[in-house]
Amino acid sequence: MAYSEKVIDHYSNPRNVGTLDKSSPFVGTGLVGAPECGDVMRLQIQVNPETGMIEDARFKTFGCGSAIASSSLATEWLKGKSVDQALTIDNMDIVEELALPPVKIHCSVLAEDAIRAAINDYRVKQGLEPIAEEKSHH
Amino acid sequence: MVLLLQLRINLNNNMKLPVYLDNNATTKVDPRVLDAMLPFFTEDFGNAASRNHPFGWKAEEGVDYAREQIATLIGANEKEIIFTSGATESNNLALKGVFEMYAEKGKHIVTAVTEHKAILDTCKHLEKQGAEITYLYPTEDGLISVEQVEAAIRPDTILVSLMFANNEIGVIEPIREIAAVCKKHGVLFHSDATQAVGKIPVDVIADNIDLMSFTAHKMYGPKGIGALYVRRKNPRVKVTAQMDGGGHERGMRSGTLNVPGIVGFGKAAEIALADMASDTERIIKMRDRLENALLTLEESYLNGSKEHRLPHTSNISFKYVEGEGLMMAIKDIAVSSGSACTSASLEPSYVLKSLGLDDELAHSSLRFGLSRFTTDEEIDFTINCVSDAVNRLRDMSPLWEMFKDGIDLKSVKWTEH
Repeated sequence: MAYSEKVIDHYSNPRNVGTLDKSSPFVGTGLVGAPECGDVMRLQIQVNPETGMIEDARFKTFGCGSAIASSSLATEWLKGKSVDQALTIDNMDIVEELALPPVKIHCSVLAEDAIRAAINDYRVKQGLEPIAEEKSHH
Repeated sequence: MVLLLQLRINLNNNMKLPVYLDNNATTKVDPRVLDAMLPFFTEDFGNAASRNHPFGWKAEEGVDYAREQIATLIGANEKEIIFTSGATESNNLALKGVFEMYAEKGKHIVTAVTEHKAILDTCKHLEKQGAEITYLYPTEDGLISVEQVEAAIRPDTILVSLMFANNEIGVIEPIREIAAVCKKHGVLFHSDATQAVGKIPVDVIADNIDLMSFTAHKMYGPKGIGALYVRRKNPRVKVTAQMDGGGHERGMRSGTLNVPGIVGFGKAAEIALADMASDTERIIKMRDRLENALLTLEESYLNGSKEHRLPHTSNISFKYVEGEGLMMAIKDIAVSSGSACTSASLEPSYVLKSLGLDDELAHSSLRFGLSRFTTDEEIDFTINCVSDAVNRLRDMSPLWEMFKDGIDLKSVKWTEH
């Protein structure tokens, strides 16, 4: 399979690999996927309690090049957004940006799931209701 | 970029990249084989079935000689070699041909879940025609036992078909003992020996084999030419032709013979026999060096029996690293992976799963296949490249971090997708 230049770039120079303090009330952690499916993504956001802005985002991913690139890109996009803005990130934006082929669309879906899971983890820590999972993926 | 690449090649003493370690998929044609083939394209290009002019005679001579070379390699008589387009066709001819020919004796066939798709899909086809198939499961080493086979044999069993050596893990089955049990029960024994012939000693008489599929392109010969060995004595085996036509190959496989391919196949067989001992000695040293180095990486595992194995194959799982991601990191090395992502089905390797491997280990596997052309510096390069890639990917693997934190991954509630 031929990868796009952007996938190769994110895969070779992943942005924001790492781990944030899971126990912090201002850190939201999303762990999605399953080892037997060949993809597991962990995405974390750190929210500034005063501004409500995401000031840091980190990921670790077990998966193919497209999965690694999708999560790397997601962390780039998350930084500097408010939590509400972050919810508007759509998997198809990732597909477009990375030029993912149809068989790799699930990688972008997983990244979107990871973003929502991280935000929900943060919301629950803040005593808020989790966002319902009603949104249908493309 | 070009300059950098050039520099890297020079540093590596003119080693060409990518390094080819996918020799279970196919091998390079040996230059000696190509040389033997060339005259049969433009000079001696006749049809081997043309009996009335020198072009036909030359072609027939080439075919006859090759048939002898191939028969000698496997301990057969040259009349027992039926040329086909490759091992897939040989497997189809063996299974379908026996099923049709021996229909009145029974319709039960025994095989194993670790067989190549050319066997499994042919069995599926035969099931639709009324065949009953017993699929044996291997031990976690990938081995099928004599006892398992004997227990599966029924009065209406017409054929046992088991591969000589597995294409993914290289495990060599106890063919001689299994075939002897089949003989004892009067059941025909077929072996898909695609990975074994030319690599390890195979002798159809000593090994009690009745039918055997093999192909040229796994033993430094050309693609598009293979053979089915069909025993002529004790017992005389017959198969119903699957291709109707001019009655070539003793009526079992019609079609104008691929003369250059056959000549190349013959030469490849001759070289394999002459060089087997020295090739094996050299290859096994390199394979073991590669394997031992990679197994020093934490949480890396050899798949399949270490002892009963082809000299040139090593299948290793690197836990907590995904196979396709790993292949992308080692793009200067051509190998295969058991990862779902590399297959059309999105399922991890069924062979590895049948050994009882967790999905995550099956997803994390690489198959290294060496050849007589593999060099020591290619092995050095591979060891460094794979080790670096595994370490780098583990640094960004959440599973590796969880493992290091002592979390049992089985206890985690995963979100299926």
